[in-house]
Amino acid sequence: MKLYLAALMVLVLAGCGEVSQSKQGSAVNRGDEPSYKGASTAQVAKGWTPGDKASWDKQVRERGQLQNEYVKTNR
Amino acid sequence: MARMKFICDTERCIECNACATACKNEHEVPWGVNRRRVVTINDGIIGQEKSVSVACMHCSDAPCMAVCPVDCFYRTEEGVVLHNKDACIGCGYCSYACPFGAPQFPSNGTFGLRGKMDKCTFCAGGPEENGSQAEFEKYGRNRLAEGKLPACAEMCSTKALLGGDGDVVADIFRTRVVTRGKGSEVWGWGTAYGKPEAKS
Repeated sequence: MKLYLAALMVLVLAGCGEVSQSKQGSAVNRGDEPSYKGASTAQVAKGWTPGDKASWDKQVRERGQLQNEYVKTNR
Repeated sequence: MARMKFICDTERCIECNACATACKNEHEVPWGVNRRRVVTINDGIIGQEKSVSVACMHCSDAPCMAVCPVDCFYRTEEGVVLHNKDACIGCGYCSYACPFGAPQFPSNGTFGLRGKMDKCTFCAGGPEENGSQAEFEKYGRNRLAEGKLPACAEMCSTKALLGGDGDVVADIFRTRVVTRGKGSEVWGWGTAYGKPEAKS
């Protein structure tokens, strides 16, 4: 009887588990060229080296700070 | 590695729609498709009117990506959610799943009344060669590959819309909120004419 109850509990508890339905791992950057590789246009901003990931990161962070008026104006 | 995010400051957005215009111009977005738009609530009610610029929020666990039956979505290393228009069948499931109404469908596309889905790309193009004509025609300009940030955020006149590395824009926003205070300190009487204790 105890064995049956234990088996039943296992079955019942199994229903409490949740399988992740989000799609994450396989959907990362499928075949797209990364941004840090640069673009073949004349509009590429100066001050960074296309193909250099660290350089692109630095460029994006510095450019992001241009949106910060507190570093541009007197406070 | 940068994780790209948008933040819109509702205390600053003046509903000028320059972000939507910049987006349309930058990517030559067709009529009827609005990758970005400004939503205003309590319109006309003094003191309660708020505007917010909305586009794809490039969700970390994107619902559009979860429901797409042809699996056309993918995420770049920078956390930008993009999709492959060659795979898209224009079913509209992503539109129903998206809480922001980001997916748009041109009315003159491949399938007649509802063409292939179009949405904000965070100015990161799509699965074509960076900066190529094919990429531009399908997805618009790839400003990230040019070392730039999204046009909408970069040209926002009040800097209500911030875009870029999540850490950077969060720091900018935090500094702003701490500096300006809250309530009537933001844009109220005290800001315009000086605080009461500053008189005399």
